[in-house]
Amino acid sequence: MIDTTLNWVDDRLGIAKGGRTFLDKIFPDHWSFMLGEIALYSFVVLLGTGVFLSLYYIPSAHEIIYHGSYLPLRGQKVSEAYASSVGLSFDVKSGLLMRQAHHWAADIFLGSIAVHMARVFFTGAFRKPREFNWIVGVTMLILGIVNGFLGYSLPDDLVSGTGIRIAFSIVESIPVVGSYLGFFLFGGNYPGNGDIIPRFFLLHILIVPALIAGLLGAHLGLLVKQKHTQFPGKGKTEHNVVGSPMFPTFMAKTTGFLFMVTGAIFLLGGFAQINPIWQFGQYEPYQISYAVQPDWYMGWLDGALRIMPSWEWVGWGHTLPLEVFLPAVIFPGLIFNIFIVWPFIESHKTKDRAYHNLLDRPRDRPMRTAAGAAMLTLLFTVFCASSTDVLANFFQIELNYVLWFFRIAVIAFPIIAYFVTYKICQEMRHAEGVGKRKRASVVLRSDRGEYTTVASEPRPGDGHEELEAMPVPVSIDLVPPELATGAGVRRVLR
Amino acid sequence: MSAAQRKDPSVTPVSLSDPHLQPLAKHPERVQVLASLAMVVGTLGFVGFAIAYWVGNQSQWLAATFGVGLLGLGAGVIAWGKYLMAQGPFVEERHDFHSTDEERSALAAAITERGGLEVKRRKVLGGLFALGSGIMAVVLLFPLVRSLGPKPGRTLFETNWRKGSKLVAVDGREVTVDDLVVGGVLTVFPEGYIGSSPDQTILIRLADQAPDEHYPLQPPGNPSWTAGGYVAYSKMCTHLGCPVGLYQEQTQQLVCPCHQSIFNVASGAIPEFGPAPRPLPQLPITVDLDGYLRATGGFNQAVGPGFWERP
Repeated sequence: MIDTTLNWVDDRLGIAKGGRTFLDKIFPDHWSFMLGEIALYSFVVLLGTGVFLSLYYIPSAHEIIYHGSYLPLRGQKVSEAYASSVGLSFDVKSGLLMRQAHHWAADIFLGSIAVHMARVFFTGAFRKPREFNWIVGVTMLILGIVNGFLGYSLPDDLVSGTGIRIAFSIVESIPVVGSYLGFFLFGGNYPGNGDIIPRFFLLHILIVPALIAGLLGAHLGLLVKQKHTQFPGKGKTEHNVVGSPMFPTFMAKTTGFLFMVTGAIFLLGGFAQINPIWQFGQYEPYQISYAVQPDWYMGWLDGALRIMPSWEWVGWGHTLPLEVFLPAVIFPGLIFNIFIVWPFIESHKTKDRAYHNLLDRPRDRPMRTAAGAAMLTLLFTVFCASSTDVLANFFQIELNYVLWFFRIAVIAFPIIAYFVTYKICQEMRHAEGVGKRKRASVVLRSDRGEYTTVASEPRPGDGHEELEAMPVPVSIDLVPPELATGAGVRRVLR
Repeated sequence: MSAAQRKDPSVTPVSLSDPHLQPLAKHPERVQVLASLAMVVGTLGFVGFAIAYWVGNQSQWLAATFGVGLLGLGAGVIAWGKYLMAQGPFVEERHDFHSTDEERSALAAAITERGGLEVKRRKVLGGLFALGSGIMAVVLLFPLVRSLGPKPGRTLFETNWRKGSKLVAVDGREVTVDDLVVGGVLTVFPEGYIGSSPDQTILIRLADQAPDEHYPLQPPGNPSWTAGGYVAYSKMCTHLGCPVGLYQEQTQQLVCPCHQSIFNVASGAIPEFGPAPRPLPQLPITVDLDGYLRATGGFNQAVGPGFWERP
């Protein structure tokens, strides 16, 4: 039956050779290789829950009177966008779960991208021949952040509206063309005449996701074509890949992982409240609440805006709002550009033009690891700076001190992080046995009170290392092992 | 066709007893029991989801059942794949991507020689096509970009405050000199423009004074623009346009909750702290004969954050 079907398809498409190569594709095993899978599967959840939400959300700023089931809002003037967002949370069955799962999936999507990217960076997986895929990945990160912002702006609640207001002002701060760009984007002076919601909706559910999906296809296509990187180890060289085959082992593991990531997101969506828009209320340009903060992946931009000194430049009849333009446009632009050009900077500096399929241990590349640590420290410091007011309140410190702490920290901490990391890497390189898998020691006491130490039994994975890797067998002799000559010995190898 | 009959020469059967085909688990039967258990729990989870959906719309029940379903089934399949399938390790060769030098120069020649020849022979056609396409790209911008919104013009410099505009609260009430006690604040708009973003103004009563008396503001504040102890400032933060909504009466400071710019109300809303670069523009107000507060003109400068055209 399978044979007949395959033959029918193969007569028309010639899939046999390529199809088998694909099923035989080897996936190296390491826990850190599944970070990207988390991103992939949370994107799947985003698409699924997103389709559900788009069935009930109405992208319109048209004002109506709320008549839904949430009593505190009854009779209030709200936009259709806000009313439908509250409506799909309370009046559509499983709607609240879907909305919260969608929001959690977005936060996890960007979080896993960040961690996956750090893994790729610190292990040197971006090196030749994988520069393309690194750039594709950074582009998806940028698009993901943009789409996250667009998405949480759609409900038209008080918090998201404040974010849109800030976005308009940031666009406005761009020299020469800023106010034009802002007016074109919003259909007029802020808040426009309600154009921004359908525009953001179109971008959020069609254009940006389509771009991400296309780049995702390219990301995975390049991964198949260029094959995985792997950590050095027994039998692993620059010219092979050692691990488990696509079918059925990897497919089983990754399908299970898809289920588990989805399950975790839905549990969060049901039990961990996120973005309770009905508590914030409808957005009005003149209203605001205390401790307004964006989603986590926007925090680093908000923090940069907070700690920037008020350096507005005025001259020759023009204003250059550097206090906005530098932290909100130049700073992220610089960061993303550093990400994109890093592989080229590194290969230029190291004069390394070779193919690299074996991964680095971070400590073996102290400069890169230290640079990465400095970048993470910088981003984490500005991220923390986005809660200056909350920190000042919590620790009962004057806001002024908190602000100045971050202004100094944002420069000092990355430098400290660089040198500390560099030193740690160097020490680790010279220490013995660091990074080797340790076997537990069993301490025994004899009858006479004498203590001896022996290594414990090898764990299942330890023995695994000792087998010589073989090509994936396609057909298996289904003779019971006890009838085969010399059990445990390979009879035929291809 | 049995496995042994396949023709592909590279495909020779491997014995089932090959160590590479053995599961990783020491006790596969136990793992199978656990995996089956997980899958049974998962399946029950999905059945539970159907019941939870049928019975009501409790997010927690829906999430618990659906989540347990996915986690159970997922854990079962992962255990199957990780501990019960052939442990390997398996290997696959990797080949460099680069082509031979001949193939490379053939590609380069196809572009530069075969194609380049035609371009060089017909420079006029190439130039005309490039020109036409370039103009097409430019004119495409008109419908794509230009139709999206009006040009800014003077919009960013203007508000709807006029000489004589009554100050109106959000609920439509016209504000009189007796409406606020000392230390009170109110968001006001010009009559007819309630809720308008650029017009939002914060009215503060700093002192208990006769309607025609001026409050002694420090510069750059203008004392003659106050009336009856009231002073009015644009509510749009000069940093990023958030509403400057928090008033601390004791220190006479307005705080922007977005990025913590602090403006001193008693001296013309000058920024004392934070990233805001300029004072909040002051609105000149007066008290008319009936006790209503009115503007005596617009703001003296553009409200809100900075932009290029601002002098």
